[in-house]
Amino acid sequence: MARKRKEAAAEQCGFDFNKTEDRVQKTEDLSVAARGEPSTPARGEPSTPARGEPSTPARGEPVEPPKIFSVAELTKNIRSLLEGNFGEVWVCGEISNFKAHTNGHFYFSLKDEKAQLSAVMFRGANAKLAFRLQDGIEVICHGRISVYEARGQYQIILDYLEPKGIGALQLAFEQLKKKLGAEGLFDVARKRALPFLPKKIGVVTSPTGAAIRDILNILRRRYPDIEVLLIPVKVQGDGAAIEIAAALELMNEQTDVDVIIVGRGGGSIEDLWAFNEEVVARAIFKSQIPVVSAVGHEVDFTIADFVADVRAPTPSAAAELVVPRKQDLEMTIQTMRTRLIQAVSKDFPQRMMRLDTLRERLSYGWQVGFEKRDDYLKRLMSNLHHLSPLNILAKGYSVVQKVGSTKPIKKASVLKEGDSLQITFAEGLCRAKVQ
Amino acid sequence: MVQNRIFETAVQKLETLVRKLENGDLTLEESLKAFEEGISLTRACEKLLQEAKGKVEQLVKKEGGKWEKTSFEEAE
Repeated sequence: MARKRKEAAAEQCGFDFNKTEDRVQKTEDLSVAARGEPSTPARGEPSTPARGEPSTPARGEPVEPPKIFSVAELTKNIRSLLEGNFGEVWVCGEISNFKAHTNGHFYFSLKDEKAQLSAVMFRGANAKLAFRLQDGIEVICHGRISVYEARGQYQIILDYLEPKGIGALQLAFEQLKKKLGAEGLFDVARKRALPFLPKKIGVVTSPTGAAIRDILNILRRRYPDIEVLLIPVKVQGDGAAIEIAAALELMNEQTDVDVIIVGRGGGSIEDLWAFNEEVVARAIFKSQIPVVSAVGHEVDFTIADFVADVRAPTPSAAAELVVPRKQDLEMTIQTMRTRLIQAVSKDFPQRMMRLDTLRERLSYGWQVGFEKRDDYLKRLMSNLHHLSPLNILAKGYSVVQKVGSTKPIKKASVLKEGDSLQITFAEGLCRAKVQ
Repeated sequence: MVQNRIFETAVQKLETLVRKLENGDLTLEESLKAFEEGISLTRACEKLLQEAKGKVEQLVKKEGGKWEKTSFEEAE
């Protein structure tokens, strides 16, 4: 469309140039021919007086004093001359000295190797630019030449401007991508994992588009009872980006939404443009809830995709990413339960058997031990019996002790005459005296 | 935000319990406790799965700038 406009404009320009002479001729009456000026413009008849001018000097007649312009008059004349001749022009050049004034107007120079031209693009016109102007960009622009009388400066007032050699939208995309990338909006480190099982899924898209249909289809197939909250928005055209950004903000005010899908179905780069706008990128970045972008088809990459926590190639794919299949979950739980029961019951017989074995061993052990002890006891008792002093006494031996002592007397030499003795027999005891 | 981790956490915990049980190096008392915990976790998970109510709603601006939730019907 821009191209057509340009061609049309070029034709018009050509037409203007053809008409230039007529115009100059007309304006001549007003001002142009300051008499005697050697470089009288465009006419080729420097000395020809303008027709009908009352003060025109005639040869041989007395010379009237030259007309003296005030600066304002002259400037005004120059202005109308320039405006008349360059009412609409296309010009290409490189931007330099770019300044965006606080009042919203842009001031800069267009230059090439040999010349430069002051340019101004007023707020109303520059608001339509998709990309950012900056020094060094080659541009093709359209506007009209005018004179800023207060400064005596001529300049071009631009109403349209496009980058040279690259589409305006493409340039805007590259510029925004670079800017937001530098600010860290695309950092992988800040990307959040999606919830494993969201309680409610927020969707920001058009209520009538293909995207919402696809998303709901897939969601229902995977998780039949999943809860969804849609915030319907315009996804293309004027104001779409702002609506999308506002919806993301609103989604963040909901208490039960734990993942957001933002996107739309396929379309041209112009159709998808809202998702390349800074306001949407910033809203995604600001979201406390993880965001899945789902714009267009597999091949469409938007700024929103770079900022989002996860980029889904399509709206359907987004739906698959945010929700697990309920069937799978049920299966998982079922498997766990089976394994749990198997693990425990596998151990039980083993434990029971071990217990049984132990019990057997215990009782066997006890029995064996008992018998052993019994034998030992019997032997011990028989030994005891053989060794018992009573057993010896029974054979006719007796034990002699001093009265009052418990020690038996083993030598006669320890005895003195008159010691009282106690003699113990196998049966009974008696007393005696040493003589 | 915290709630959506419940299922995930429960499943992870369950997995750990089952592994421990399967490895068989728990005492009888420990394994009974693990089993009990595991079963109650599977119940909790199943309950979570039943919880969703399947509503699809939309948030639309009403007159006076108030947002209102209404049921969303797809345009055919």
